[in-house]
Amino acid sequence: MKKDIILAGVGGQGILSIATVIGEAALQEGLYLKQAEVHGMSQRGGDVQSNLRLSSEPIMSDLIPKGGADLIISLEPMEALRYIEYLSPEGWIVSSCVPFLNIPDYPDLEAVLARIRAHKNHVLLDVDALAKEAGAPSQAANMVLLGAAIPMLGIEYDKMTAGVARIFARKGEAVVKTNLAAVEAGFRHSKRSHLVES
Amino acid sequence: MKHLLLGDEAIAQGAIDAGLSGVYAYPGTPSTEITEYIQGAVSRQALPIHCRWATNEKTAMEAALGMSYMGKRALVCMKHVGMNVCADAFMNAAITGVNGGLIIVAADDPSMHSSQNEQDSRFYAKFAMIPCLEPGNQQEAYDMMAYGFAMSERLKTPILLRVTTRMAHSRAVVETADAPKEQNAMSMPENVNHFILLPAFAKRNYAELVAAQPRFTEESERAGFNRYVRGDKPEKAIVTTGIAYNYLMENYNPAMGCSILRVTQYPLPKAMIDRMVQDGAKEILVAEEGQPIVEELLRGMVPSEVVIKGRLTGDLPRMGELTPDSLRPALGLAALPTREKEAIVVGRPPALCQGCGHRDMYAALNEVAREYPAPRIFGDIGCYTLGALSPFHAIHACVEMGASVTMAKGAADAGQHPAIAVIGDSTFTHSGMTGLLDCVNANANVVVLISDNLTTGMTGGQDSAGTGRLEQICCGLGVAPEHVRVVVPLPKNMEEIKAVLREEINYPGTSVVIARRECIQTLKRHLKAAKRS
Repeated sequence: MKKDIILAGVGGQGILSIATVIGEAALQEGLYLKQAEVHGMSQRGGDVQSNLRLSSEPIMSDLIPKGGADLIISLEPMEALRYIEYLSPEGWIVSSCVPFLNIPDYPDLEAVLARIRAHKNHVLLDVDALAKEAGAPSQAANMVLLGAAIPMLGIEYDKMTAGVARIFARKGEAVVKTNLAAVEAGFRHSKRSHLVES
Repeated sequence: MKHLLLGDEAIAQGAIDAGLSGVYAYPGTPSTEITEYIQGAVSRQALPIHCRWATNEKTAMEAALGMSYMGKRALVCMKHVGMNVCADAFMNAAITGVNGGLIIVAADDPSMHSSQNEQDSRFYAKFAMIPCLEPGNQQEAYDMMAYGFAMSERLKTPILLRVTTRMAHSRAVVETADAPKEQNAMSMPENVNHFILLPAFAKRNYAELVAAQPRFTEESERAGFNRYVRGDKPEKAIVTTGIAYNYLMENYNPAMGCSILRVTQYPLPKAMIDRMVQDGAKEILVAEEGQPIVEELLRGMVPSEVVIKGRLTGDLPRMGELTPDSLRPALGLAALPTREKEAIVVGRPPALCQGCGHRDMYAALNEVAREYPAPRIFGDIGCYTLGALSPFHAIHACVEMGASVTMAKGAADAGQHPAIAVIGDSTFTHSGMTGLLDCVNANANVVVLISDNLTTGMTGGQDSAGTGRLEQICCGLGVAPEHVRVVVPLPKNMEEIKAVLREEINYPGTSVVIARRECIQTLKRHLKAAKRS
């Protein structure tokens, strides 16, 4: 088993908590893991990414080679496209369709979404709306995205949700519950759109 | 025990487990998490380790040397440019040598993700003639701390441990000890003259340091961190340093048959290099993260007919960090098939947070500055450096910590008016205070605008050394109290701030304006914590 994942978003959106949950589940599975993060200046509202590598064999490079990523998980649609060179020919894009507008020259959103749809394996979802529907607070939107990515992660759904429960346990049962609801909402959405497309 | 740790955290845990007594540091990306991790561990487990932030890298280095003098193990951490700040203390610590183990961690930032240059700290180790460790993965970073402290005490020398951004900020599973080693008891140096660098004593120390060089090289050859493996086709050889080995292995096919020398400890292991040549190396590719120091050194260590390839010859990129991709052409491999870049994607530069006090400070400053024909505003290092970008375009220089104050003074000395320095509170105490004293002594016609957000913001909100005492510090340095002004940078105070700035710009002498409002990020954290309790 080997999964190379690029997590993308805008500084402050919470891509690292997605990585934390996947990492927790991967370690429980006994997988090797490397995760390169971006700290420092770009965390101030700039583009941020994290390279997350999981494998049943030891991993050498902390960075994913171009053309090598199995999956881009992005909390922002234009940010998903920023790393497209890294996506392998059969790789998947799982992205929120909600733009983060903190720059004056953000391109036309429909054009951005069209470019994502032009790549055959993609799941686009409104993580904020799905979080709300699931009764989860807006901070849990990243867990909706995580849920949507589970079918492509190569880790079983139950193992992932157990990871979510462990990570949020210290924040209390209520927080665990809403985050699990968010994960489930994303997972269901992904399964649905996956079926439609395949 | 197994833990998922950042490279920085592995260094920190390694230091704790090696019996650390004190960490001394000023925050700087990508080194900050080392000290933060130790602070966290100390507060959770009540470990007797000194871990309070230092005012700058020089005070950190000196305090660590003092702890080492007393026989205890000390760690100094900084980003690469911090090495410049502590260089005097660092270079001379190589001459004094150590009593308790002393490790200096320099976190380099090739590709300048969060820095103004990509200087390579290995040059400092070579300059000071001390051993240097450059871990190739997180486990090695952990293991090298215990080894490094022991070597420091055995060879009586400080050790430089150099990491780069990808090592510092990448996580992997690290196997750690079950409990920390006991700390050293306090003890005096065997020979106190070693620490008195009068020329007569320093000459003796320096001669000892020179004489110790072969022992340092032997250590590099014997310790086991450097590894040489002869290939089936040994006419081609590859030397990697630090994490470059991982990028090589990501691409390497055993059928290539090259001899491989993996360097993670310096001085360079001469015996291994000699063996590589004896095994038939005719061409050596050097893959190193940072500046081409090994590539240069090798030229003096192998026969001149051996071809050396690397960053200097254009076989690898001259600048920036290596990647798994950038090594492929040098290995004779084609690039992997990739999708085309998406032209629709535009840049998203970092920006000051919404609601940040620096924003209101710059809004007022820009309006006042426009009233003068040729204002010059000298910026400094911190979040507020982002004032150089849209929409503010407010600063005309930014060089290094503290330069705003003294560059404004130099400009004023040259006849510039208005000459304004913009500096954060933490940067001011780090390196701005001495410059302000120069201004006071010359009664330089400058305004020093301290944008005080009560924290070290850019690196994530660490304590700032002068919080609550900036007015006292400025008055103590000799600024006339009536020209130490305080404003609160909020939109509703715009007219008042502008009036204060105007008055102080028009005052023909040294004045300080402190624009004080808490960092919006730490404020959020504080409010959250208050809600919880």
